[in-house]
Amino acid sequence: MKMESQRSYFAKALIELGEKDPNVVVVGADTTESIKTLDFGKKFPDRLFNVGISEQNMISIAAGLAAAGKVAFASTYAVFGVAHTYNIIRQNVAYTKLPVKIFCSHAGITVGPDGATHQLNEDIGLMRGIPNMTVLVPADAPQTAKCVHAAAAWPGPVYCRFSRTNFPTVTSVEDPFAIGKSYVMRDGDDVTIAGCGIMVSRCLQAAEELDAAGVSARVLNVATVKPLDTSTILKAARDTGGIVTAEEHTIVHGLGSAISEAVALEHPVPMAMVGVQDVFGESGEAFELMEKYGLTAAKVVEGVRRVMKRRGR
Amino acid sequence: MAEVSNAKLRELEDRARLLRCHILKMTHQVQSGHPGGSMSACDIVTALYFHVLRVDPRNPMWPDRDRFVLSKGHACPVLYAALAERGFFPVPELMTFRRINSRLQGHPEYGTTPGVENAAGAEGQGLSFGVGLGLAARLDRKAWRVYALLGDGEQDVGQTWEAALAAAKYHLDNLTAIIDRNGIQQEGRTEEIMPLEPLGDKWRAFGWNVLTINGHDMRQILAGIDEAHSHKGQPTVIIAKTTKGKGVSFMENVVRYHGAATTDEELKRALAELGEAVP
Repeated sequence: MKMESQRSYFAKALIELGEKDPNVVVVGADTTESIKTLDFGKKFPDRLFNVGISEQNMISIAAGLAAAGKVAFASTYAVFGVAHTYNIIRQNVAYTKLPVKIFCSHAGITVGPDGATHQLNEDIGLMRGIPNMTVLVPADAPQTAKCVHAAAAWPGPVYCRFSRTNFPTVTSVEDPFAIGKSYVMRDGDDVTIAGCGIMVSRCLQAAEELDAAGVSARVLNVATVKPLDTSTILKAARDTGGIVTAEEHTIVHGLGSAISEAVALEHPVPMAMVGVQDVFGESGEAFELMEKYGLTAAKVVEGVRRVMKRRGR
Repeated sequence: MAEVSNAKLRELEDRARLLRCHILKMTHQVQSGHPGGSMSACDIVTALYFHVLRVDPRNPMWPDRDRFVLSKGHACPVLYAALAERGFFPVPELMTFRRINSRLQGHPEYGTTPGVENAAGAEGQGLSFGVGLGLAARLDRKAWRVYALLGDGEQDVGQTWEAALAAAKYHLDNLTAIIDRNGIQQEGRTEEIMPLEPLGDKWRAFGWNVLTINGHDMRQILAGIDEAHSHKGQPTVIIAKTTKGKGVSFMENVVRYHGAATTDEELKRALAELGEAVP
């Protein structure tokens, strides 16, 4: 499988957008080279504002730009962009419903050697808990580019998180993408595996292993965590009778929680959640950390076994 | 801005008195809200809404309007009073302030109240928002200007200084910050809670053009704003020396009236001092 960089596709999409729409602006915070918004700045020097290490400022400035008619992207690493700025996003972006597009790279544990201070495993929960926010978690590089275009066309605030490390490309540029939709990556009847972000590739890998063992798994790519595509998820719950979720995020208030809320209210089925277990990460290479913190296809398979056992199949 | 006639000054002073009466009644009817800091900012807000700002009450979202950003959101009674008297919504609606189902929230909500340009309440976000607006105006080569009213308590907030750095970096001369320097924050005197002086030196060191005025002298307010307009290449901050609770003798410079409404008896006395006939 091809391994590609979400940041590179993000940056390329921003430039495409900037060429189409002169109202697109980007605010960055001393990480513009690393997350490649600098490419946009080279092309459109007066439309990239690097405000230094002042992320609260970055968010409010983006909100001011949006209030004056700009499509304002605010971009940096997730831990600075949404954890350090929670109340600024809440008051200046979500409460106002202004079209600020917060796109953060370096989300989750795969930030790697920088360690726990830089590995934000709580952002999906933080952002999905705020009214008016839309939360996108693209599965791979091509889908990250689609998120850029979809977010720009979306009327309100958007948070989109992606990862530092290159991951397998699991979608193609021709695949459809719309905010609010989950996509069936592989059909199956015995169990559902619902993943987001880089874990979608692990879900597909797990489904393959299960297939070899005679278990037919449906794999969902839940690229929009909020608003959640409840019809696709509930259909999967009804059709397969069990769900395993997988995310590069804490299991406390992320994708697994969102899906369990929807399922518990409408059609409860046995569930298992693969994700970071309410702990901080540590330094290490991305793939070592995924192994140590249980973000693997093997953990997904284990979850499927548990769910199927509880269901008595 | 042309020389302002004495008649115009009198008119603005009368308006400010009227707005102070509204502030007192709005906070009294719901027995909450922040009269002190609304009254200290009252002359500045009056000067802006009744002389300086190019706004259109019939078209609140007119793209070329000047923007007034109230960063010290707790002072929204003065903003609502000015907007109502300016014709953005009916004056009687002021008495719904802080009540259920009202458009006049306890702290400003964006998109609900005609004429309100930003959400505020959590302190220290307004100047950054103003920087964003100023950058947008410049990108679009528009002449509209941005005025951000900051509390002196907000000088404690780190983000205020982040915004100060950014405005200086981008030489935002279409942005004017006005600090309502009443010297009191929620729990006491600013110089005791978190000393700010020499405040002007701090802003100068951050790359701003600094003016200091008496924030209750209409002529000085207008002259300061005039000077801010003509100053190029740098943002201007006007440090307006004010008195918390200004206009009512027993409220002036009293910490309690930061966040306490008047009693029935106090309201009568206060309105009488402001020259309004008590019903």
